[in-house]
Amino acid sequence: MKTSLKITPYIYLLPALVLVVLFRLVPIVMSFIISFFEFRVTGSGDFIGLAKYAEMFRDAEFWQSMLNTFWLVAFVVPASIVFPLLFAVLLNQIKFMKGFFRTIYFMPFVTSLVAISIVWKIIYAEQGGLANTFLGWLGMEPLLWLGEPKGIFTLLFSSLGVQIPAWMGGPSLALVSIIILTIWKSLGYNTIIYVAGLQNISKVYYEAAEIDGANKFRQFFNLTVPLVSPTTFYVLLMTTIVSFQTFAQVYLMTDKGGPLGTTKLIVYYIYEKGFDDLDMGYASAVALVLFVFVLGLTILQRRLEKHVNY
Amino acid sequence: MHPIISKSIIYFLLAVCGLFMVVPFIWMISTSLMTQSEFNKNDAIFIPKEEYYVWNKDGVEHKIILVTERGSESVIHVLDENNQIAAEYPEYMSVPSSEIEFVKKKPSIHLDNYTRAFRQVPFATYFANTIFVSIVTLIGVFLTSILAAYAFARMEFKGSDFIFYLFLSMMIVPQPVYLISSYMLLDKFNWLDTYYALIVPWCVNIFTIFLFRQHFKSLPQELFDAASIDGCSTFGMLWRIVLPLSKPIIATASIFSLISSWNSFMWPLVMVDRPELRVLQVGLSYFNQEASTQTTLLMAASTFSILPILILFFIAQKQIIASYSRSGLKD
Repeated sequence: MKTSLKITPYIYLLPALVLVVLFRLVPIVMSFIISFFEFRVTGSGDFIGLAKYAEMFRDAEFWQSMLNTFWLVAFVVPASIVFPLLFAVLLNQIKFMKGFFRTIYFMPFVTSLVAISIVWKIIYAEQGGLANTFLGWLGMEPLLWLGEPKGIFTLLFSSLGVQIPAWMGGPSLALVSIIILTIWKSLGYNTIIYVAGLQNISKVYYEAAEIDGANKFRQFFNLTVPLVSPTTFYVLLMTTIVSFQTFAQVYLMTDKGGPLGTTKLIVYYIYEKGFDDLDMGYASAVALVLFVFVLGLTILQRRLEKHVNY
Repeated sequence: MHPIISKSIIYFLLAVCGLFMVVPFIWMISTSLMTQSEFNKNDAIFIPKEEYYVWNKDGVEHKIILVTERGSESVIHVLDENNQIAAEYPEYMSVPSSEIEFVKKKPSIHLDNYTRAFRQVPFATYFANTIFVSIVTLIGVFLTSILAAYAFARMEFKGSDFIFYLFLSMMIVPQPVYLISSYMLLDKFNWLDTYYALIVPWCVNIFTIFLFRQHFKSLPQELFDAASIDGCSTFGMLWRIVLPLSKPIIATASIFSLISSWNSFMWPLVMVDRPELRVLQVGLSYFNQEASTQTTLLMAASTFSILPILILFFIAQKQIIASYSRSGLKD
């Protein structure tokens, strides 16, 4: 009886353990090993050490895809905190139709990115697209949305008659189009997370602030924002990790990360290197750099969280 | 500020954002119900509006559409009864104006985009594959998660903490990191281009194990003690005590699992090449490449590919939203 009791837990654990080891742990370790090999010609590879990493360092396309990814993260993450927090605060003020608004905000999140990307590709279409029709209503010229490689800051300033240097151009309009879709897709999820976070705040704080004569804006900045910071850290972390992995939008909406590679994001680049160019070693090396970034950001944000949390 | 004014501002802001969230869906559906020529000519955007001329040529009525600006010339499209382009004429003047009659059609609904999309592409196969993969994966996830979570939550054994933290640490590794090595591994197994590649690696879900473990831990010890006195085995306890008390959490996990299986894209795109094994999302992405100019067909395909999830969402929206909002809360 004693011995059978000792193996019982392992028997229960076995199916999950086998699958986790086989399909998570082994592939992760394999990725690391593959990145030291040349796999281009046949299945079996030659050991080449850090050559793939050196190649990556000199690869302009890699750096561009990194820069593109950083632009995406830099736009998506703040927008995924500011708008959802605002909407959650607004949603918390109402009773009538609250469920209705929550439902329609959440709809994009549950629907597939593939279908949604196709719909937005057509929204951005040069002719007949909703985006340009909307600009037309505002009396503005149609834009090339997914086909415009010029930086968004260049476009904005040139519409004011100011020329800015190319390096200050920012993400291309094509990338901004993808950014807008990405924000739209996750807005509802983050809003719901904030609604839940706000419900955990005790009303006592607000009653005290009311007595002290603090107005709504001061209450928002001095009470709500700090008290909801655990939720903000969760949203920050999750949105960053998810944004770094953006793939379907680029695959479905652009011509191989075009125009001029301005929408080529890091995961699309991994896909292209691995499955179009069949350079598995190089693709694994890039994937590991992505992993190091995600891991580093996770650790950094955890550290920060400890300092800032109330 | 007067409460009525501030409430109005709040509702206004929420409605504007709500509009931004739903308009793409409304547009998707309305476009999927138009003919391509209605879409091309449409300036009403949401409501199909078709204007055309009828050319009575040799006693046969031809529907014609004017398309301006091909180069510097205008081109006349003559359509057949299925609204397909039957002929093209280079100049307007080649059609005598006395034989032409202007027709302005009332808005109408065309369901034929749906049937045409289904006829052009084996979407029925894609649907069947997706349903099969989603359900088998769901069963696999339940088997592995319930057993593992039960061990983690209610048993003491050597290495329990280590294994649990190993599992948790796997969760933060992004999928693209192990995509290529998994491809090579599945190739070694000869599993590429089989259902195994789509199902087996996803039959374990670490988040679900974590979710079940939290729930199983919260069950009162007295129940287990009483059962143990009655001579109930560990499996008996799982079957007769734990599972009946876990229905809500099982429902939550099913929803998460079904939605993520239904929507998964990158993995099946890479692992399966045979058209008859394609899942819906991959099939849709191929259709996107093939039918890139047939806007209305693409919209019809997109609509029916998200319809099952949207129906599930509307039926169980309260539970789904509550489950997701709980998933973001930390202990």
